[in-house]
Amino acid sequence: MKNLIKRYKFFIVTVIIMSIIFLIDFNVGKKALSIVGYSFKEMLLVIPPIFVLLGLLDVWVPRETMIKYMGEGSGIKGVALAIILGSAAAGPLYGAFPIAAVFMKKGVKFSNILIFIGAWSTTKIPMFLFELSSLGTKFAITRLLIDIPGIIIIAYILLRFVTKEEINELYKNAENL
Amino acid sequence: MWNLFLYILTFLLLILSYLKDKQKTQKALLKAWKSFENILPEFLGVLMLVGILLAVLNPQIISKIIGKESGILGVILAAIVGSITLIPGFVAFPTAAMLLKSGAGYTQIAAFVSTLMMVGVVTMPVEIKYFGKKITILRNLLAFIFSFIVAFIIGKVVSGI
Repeated sequence: MKNLIKRYKFFIVTVIIMSIIFLIDFNVGKKALSIVGYSFKEMLLVIPPIFVLLGLLDVWVPRETMIKYMGEGSGIKGVALAIILGSAAAGPLYGAFPIAAVFMKKGVKFSNILIFIGAWSTTKIPMFLFELSSLGTKFAITRLLIDIPGIIIIAYILLRFVTKEEINELYKNAENL
Repeated sequence: MWNLFLYILTFLLLILSYLKDKQKTQKALLKAWKSFENILPEFLGVLMLVGILLAVLNPQIISKIIGKESGILGVILAAIVGSITLIPGFVAFPTAAMLLKSGAGYTQIAAFVSTLMMVGVVTMPVEIKYFGKKITILRNLLAFIFSFIVAFIIGKVVSGI
């Protein structure tokens, strides 16, 4: 029970904030709650297949295969694969983190995981097509062209800030997620 | 559309997996459930936070903040608004297009769109669980700074340099 409260303390705090908003302005509270309902439905729609696919990936794809394609020594091939996988994705950024954890378990190189996260966050193909039609060709293509080198540069800068031990710690942590 | 594809793919792979090895499939499903249950508390908290923020920051307020005349301050504010909100792309792009029509500047909108996608302040609890505090904060900070570069280049390109 105590453990449950500890795990859910962040959620409990948001429930309290929500209740306070309801007391201050009932309409704003109602609006907030309906947005929560909407996002919750979105989450329920996208999340289950992602986790099931991850479970299957975890059980069926051997570590050696993942290491070969995206691990240490996978070189430019690994980088390209990370960008393609991230860009082909749909769904909000939080969907990418569980995938990153499985990548860690399977021995994917850390820089490739960071590139994957970057690609997922900003160069998603379905979103790009949508951006193209709503904000125009110049806007969308310029953004894409800056973003691809951008996410690679950000990944390598991040890599400079962490030690080998810290990365090992994250990989060990991923085993329990 | 995409969701349907994802479901069909998952379903087919699941059947294939089951036909090949019943036990492994069970293990896969168990793993799927465990990793979902593990992150559920953070997910729920984030969803609540998003609802609260979006209810308080409506489009009228946003467009007032990032008008064409708002200059560098508007760009900074647009980047901050983009960082703390979490709007799905299919809502964000039409909203951005609408804001442009109602007088927002391209540089400001580019900063907003870029941070919206790359920086996630409210999703940080989820990110920290997988990547730790240090990388999460650094990644978001770098993406925030990078968004200004994106914004200024897009501003120049769209206005014809």
